[in-house]
Amino acid sequence: MTQDLFGDAIQQLLAAHSAPAQVREIERDADAGALWKALDDSGFLDALISEEQGGAGLLLPDVFSIVFIAGRHAVSVPLAQTLLLRGALGADAPRGPLTIAPHCEIDGGGAIECARVPFGRMAQWVLVETEQQTRLLPTAQAQLTASGGYGSLDADLRWQAWPDESLSLPPSDWKTQAANMTAALMAGAMERVFEMTITYANERKQFGKAIGKQQAIQQQLSVMAEQVFAARLAARIGFDGASTMAVPQRAAIAKERTSAAAPEVCAIAHAVHGAMGFTEEYDLQLFTRRLHEWRMAYGAESEWRRRLGAAALRSGQARSLDIVREQIMAR
Amino acid sequence: MIETFELATLPAEAEALRPAVRSFLSEALADVPADVRARSWMGFDAGFSRALAERGWIGLTLPKPYGGAGLDAYARFVVAEELLAAGAPVSAHWIADRQSGPLILKYGTDAQREFYLPRICRAEAFFCIGMSEPNSGSDLASVASRAVRNERGWLLNGQKIWTTNAYRSHYMIALVRTSGESSDRHRGLSQVIVDLSLPGITVRPIRDLTGDEHFCEVFFDNVQLANDALIGAEGGGWEQVTAELAFERSGPERVYSSLVLLDEWLAYLQSRAQTDGPDIALLGQLIAQLCVLRAMTLSVTQKLAEGGSPAVEAALVKDLGTSFEQQLPVLIADALAADGACDARPQLIKTLAYITQMSPSFSLRGGTREILRGMIARGLGLR
Repeated sequence: MTQDLFGDAIQQLLAAHSAPAQVREIERDADAGALWKALDDSGFLDALISEEQGGAGLLLPDVFSIVFIAGRHAVSVPLAQTLLLRGALGADAPRGPLTIAPHCEIDGGGAIECARVPFGRMAQWVLVETEQQTRLLPTAQAQLTASGGYGSLDADLRWQAWPDESLSLPPSDWKTQAANMTAALMAGAMERVFEMTITYANERKQFGKAIGKQQAIQQQLSVMAEQVFAARLAARIGFDGASTMAVPQRAAIAKERTSAAAPEVCAIAHAVHGAMGFTEEYDLQLFTRRLHEWRMAYGAESEWRRRLGAAALRSGQARSLDIVREQIMAR
Repeated sequence: MIETFELATLPAEAEALRPAVRSFLSEALADVPADVRARSWMGFDAGFSRALAERGWIGLTLPKPYGGAGLDAYARFVVAEELLAAGAPVSAHWIADRQSGPLILKYGTDAQREFYLPRICRAEAFFCIGMSEPNSGSDLASVASRAVRNERGWLLNGQKIWTTNAYRSHYMIALVRTSGESSDRHRGLSQVIVDLSLPGITVRPIRDLTGDEHFCEVFFDNVQLANDALIGAEGGGWEQVTAELAFERSGPERVYSSLVLLDEWLAYLQSRAQTDGPDIALLGQLIAQLCVLRAMTLSVTQKLAEGGSPAVEAALVKDLGTSFEQQLPVLIADALAADGACDARPQLIKTLAYITQMSPSFSLRGGTREILRGMIARGLGLR
């Protein structure tokens, strides 16, 4: 757990408004009014807005704990995307939930299609990037189709034409920025899954003792610990830098590592929990479902590997250590 | 509990050491082929170690009065990672610099410090670690070598095995029983410094599967040690060894063992005009793993620099780091032979062959994977 001031405050807020029962309700009704109001009132969503524009003027490293803890609570609204976009839009930002489309296609008739938009069911505005423009489009004017499996908040969105009501943004690699945010959510969710699994291994008794006393279980939990601790540091690398926007190569590290860790972390969590973890009633599924979705959101590990590999070759560096030191981690 | 790995940054003073080390190495190793450099901290060259000592790069963390540089763990990290990345033959002084020196500084008497530490810093005293015995591998607490007090000090009998560099070191710091029986486990163990030139000591190198000789069996037959051979507290051996292992396991050498191979493969990729495809993705994966593992090692270094003894965190990084070191030759071999033909230069293939053959040892030396995972489980409160 993080120990900073924000950490404690966001932890309390989410414990009150994004407890497992509330996550289930929101997933069922796609209505997160109370949670959103609490978040908006708290000022956390304005953390990256400059002070001149009425925000908190914080930088990416300052808000890591906010996003990480949101992941620990499987928060059902696009908190991370909104935080990021409000930072870019400043005082002009609409007050509702904002999300980012991973990709966009314009069909022959001029309709705008965005497939599998993370939190698409929960957002009022979606950032859409094409080669020509970068705009926030209102979901109220889109045809919305839920795109994920059970409990998913993702949606396919389609606009017949560019809506009149839309906001322009400066072009940026928003997909990379959204991937970076998602990596921090994943690291938080993995930590939560890990804690639940340790607790369960200490409580569940078979053969007359806690299953966590069995070497076979201990070895699996140690592997899980390695993945969870490494994923958290990888996500933190993504939030390193004196800016409100991530350094693309660090974001790539963050999303590649967290996405690579998630399947193994989920698999071990379910293996240790046995049939109990496979029920709807038990909270584990709230997090493991999200982790598999977030792994694919904004590019799974293979996409980020390709980008990192290509950048490494382009750099012309002769040593892998220098690629890490000078291309990725240099300040 | 296991502490979070914080993002640590190398201080400017530590970074300032890097250019000189790098320029020295690029000259000193210019003609050494990659498959030889791949031996890295198993490569032994006493002359090379002395050249490093002349430049002040051995005993960086030891106090100046003892011939050290009086710098912190970050300084050692920078020099160590440059040496490892270049594949410098550092084996002669490595163990003394990494753990024997800090151990003597922490637990030794003034006389022991004044005798050993300046010799370590001058690369005149090379050390090996006497832990494993034929019947004490992972079960280290069962060691049976015994030192018995007599009027002249300690009489040592027993046997050590898998002792890296014993045949070319001056001293061994051995974990031995000084009281009780094997069934007393951790109680009654002590550490003694053994001068390997003493009568009654027989050292036999054991050839490893790559054809190299580094580890040895060592026999003690009524070896008379002086009183001051004991290092630290009598009966405090287990605690001292545990602290020593935090140093042994925490460094970048648990991540960088295959780095010369990665860089050879990188050079091969650069020589081809590919910009996408499975090889590029694999390169990206390995870079991402290296980046995060390095950050984890640096985080453990920060804990050491702040005076902690991050034994469990070091075990965690070592297990993850050696998994990376072992995976790397497997993945590169597949990439090179993916299309049947292989146009790689012979140096790359020889380096790959060496690392492939060597790789089983990565997760054996310094504590096996299973033992490390047991330590992590204990850190998690499971046992």
